Amino acid sequence: MLKIILQRLLILPVLLLVFSVVVFWLVQAPPGDFLTSYVATLSSSGSSIDDAQVAALRQQYGLDQPVYLQYLHWMEGLFKGDLGLSLEYQLPNVELIGERLVLTIILALFSFFLTWAIAIPAGIYSATHQNSLLDYAFTVLNYFGVAVPNFMLALVLMWIAYDRLGLNVTGLFSPKFMNSSWSMARVGDMLQHIWLPVIILGIGGTARLTRIMRANLIDELNKPYVVAARAKGLSEWRLILKYPVRLALNPLVSTIGWYLPQLFSGSLIVATVMSLPNIGPLLLRALIQQDMYLAGVILLIYCGLTVVGTLISDILLAWLDPRIRMESA
Amino acid sequence: MAETLVTEELANSIPQLKDVRSEERVSVASNWKLVWWRFRKNRLALFSLAILVFFYIIVLFPDFFAVSDPEETDARLTFVPAQGIHLIDGSSIRLWVPALIGKRNPDTLAMEWKTDGTKKIPVHFFAQGYTYKVLGLFKTSLHLLGPVDTTKGSKIFLLGTDRLGRDQWSRMMLGTRTSMVVGLFSVALSVILGILLGGISGYFGGMSDLIIQRLIELLQSLPTIPIWLAMTAAVPQTWKPTQVFFAITIILAFIGWTTLAREVRGRFLSLREEDFVLAAELAGCSRLRIITHHMVPAFMSHIIAASTLAIPVMIINETTLSFLGLGIRPPAISWGVLLQEAQNVQTIALAPWLLTPGLMVIIAVLAFNLVGDGLRDAADPYGH
Repeated sequence: MLKIILQRLLILPVLLLVFSVVVFWLVQAPPGDFLTSYVATLSSSGSSIDDAQVAALRQQYGLDQPVYLQYLHWMEGLFKGDLGLSLEYQLPNVELIGERLVLTIILALFSFFLTWAIAIPAGIYSATHQNSLLDYAFTVLNYFGVAVPNFMLALVLMWIAYDRLGLNVTGLFSPKFMNSSWSMARVGDMLQHIWLPVIILGIGGTARLTRIMRANLIDELNKPYVVAARAKGLSEWRLILKYPVRLALNPLVSTIGWYLPQLFSGSLIVATVMSLPNIGPLLLRALIQQDMYLAGVILLIYCGLTVVGTLISDILLAWLDPRIRMESA
Repeated sequence: MAETLVTEELANSIPQLKDVRSEERVSVASNWKLVWWRFRKNRLALFSLAILVFFYIIVLFPDFFAVSDPEETDARLTFVPAQGIHLIDGSSIRLWVPALIGKRNPDTLAMEWKTDGTKKIPVHFFAQGYTYKVLGLFKTSLHLLGPVDTTKGSKIFLLGTDRLGRDQWSRMMLGTRTSMVVGLFSVALSVILGILLGGISGYFGGMSDLIIQRLIELLQSLPTIPIWLAMTAAVPQTWKPTQVFFAITIILAFIGWTTLAREVRGRFLSLREEDFVLAAELAGCSRLRIITHHMVPAFMSHIIAASTLAIPVMIINETTLSFLGLGIRPPAISWGVLLQEAQNVQTIALAPWLLTPGLMVIIAVLAFNLVGDGLRDAADPYGH
């Protein structure tokens, strides 16, 4: 067990190093740099900037150096724990990202737990009541859950809330708590706002997990040990929950590996539409403005979250399934 | 000849013989025929297939289905609501659309549109409209639907107009072409890459397998949406719409091929041990021939099912990227570009018809998923 975790932990830095190259190459790939787009923004608003000044700024930000040197400088900073400076906001990236990262993770985890809390009972019910009315309803819901794009769902729900209830359900905090420091009242305020994004983000995954759970459980229900247990007079619910459900859950754990990362990157879209203060909208703006150090750090954080999500699932799987433990031991 | 006819009739009249015959029909049918027969039984999948065929007819002739020029703007006709099409006019059957009167609200200065109860705009099929090129070949001005009177005053907007007064219906037809083709192209590219690399990996094994598997793992552990965004942001602003279109297609396929490659590899690994491959090897077939003539046909139906299920994912991804402003860019039109017009709640509350392209996305994705599921079940010889 320890060996598996160690093995995985050792790959982690290697992966992140490869990703850092890919990410840096991507963020510096657009033609021009931050200053060209900055100059363009200035000239479109009527003001202008001296060429010599631009050159000086370019030198100050190190944008005049060859790409590999820029990369090395960036990496040097990262190793020292310095995430660099946002060119657009003129603020350290840590300050910009800090709280937003926490909110990104909170949003993803909430959606994750909601998904499991709905999908497992729904899957069990569908499998044990095949072709019942509710089973069909779940199937239809599943198809729609997969077919409706996240942003579309967010738009429609926001529209309904606005049109029918007169609510403007954007953001995660009321204006009063927008910039205040963390307190119990602020957490409570967040909980009042977070439910809609959580539902929107989790609905596609819930649909898919319900389907997987249903299929897994149906496979298990037809096995002889279930018949044997039933013949011995075990009550139906105890029988199902005690044996087949546990076995059907096993393969589901491996889905965490792709589902959790998907939630991290999927929250980007919902956050942009609903203007939630997480790292998604920040990345979008940084990419468009060519604020490359900020974009690079956020992309790397997404990569890190993805890898950690996969790691958690690998460890859980090894912990749950003795066969995997044996294989790699 | 007469003799065979008699036996035919005779055979049909005896029920048992008829059974034997239908069994014979099954045993000599090709794999594709069997798949089709099984697929045909799935009503929902068949219906979805019909919808998809209809969508691709729109893809071929979008301008024919459009009513007015999708690029034509009119500052006086902004946010015109959708006009319903009516079939019954008094006591006769005639297509017509109610005329609208716009009035500027003196308080908010916004245009407010009301249906004019007295005026009707007659509409007919195969009307004359703006001139376009069919498949880039010849010019015509024939449209499926249009107002009988083609003068300026009697314009119709089946799904209303956007903030620049452009006809939403016509733009949606053009958008259908882009979005459906992006999905198809990027999946086609993924399939080619997937079969090639998955095939190499699965058939040859060894070092090439190791490298390709590591590459797939690496790509699959990238966070898809942020990486896609970074890639599309790197597409130069100066590129022409067609260039952007192909760039987006390639970007979408860049991660999409990995799933298919895994599937192909798995199939190759299991088929490699089958007797018929050994037989072909013993008969002296070259490796290439074994792959192309014996192994690929054996799992082609699975690949088709898997790629059908991959298309809707690509459509959603394209729509999402374009919606965020980093996919297909205006002046090119796609469903995502159209939905960009409906980016905030205030606009949607003012003009809910701007969400209609989203409905198209949902219909297309549902149809693709149902057809894909149907194909997957039909392609599985052990399924039923």
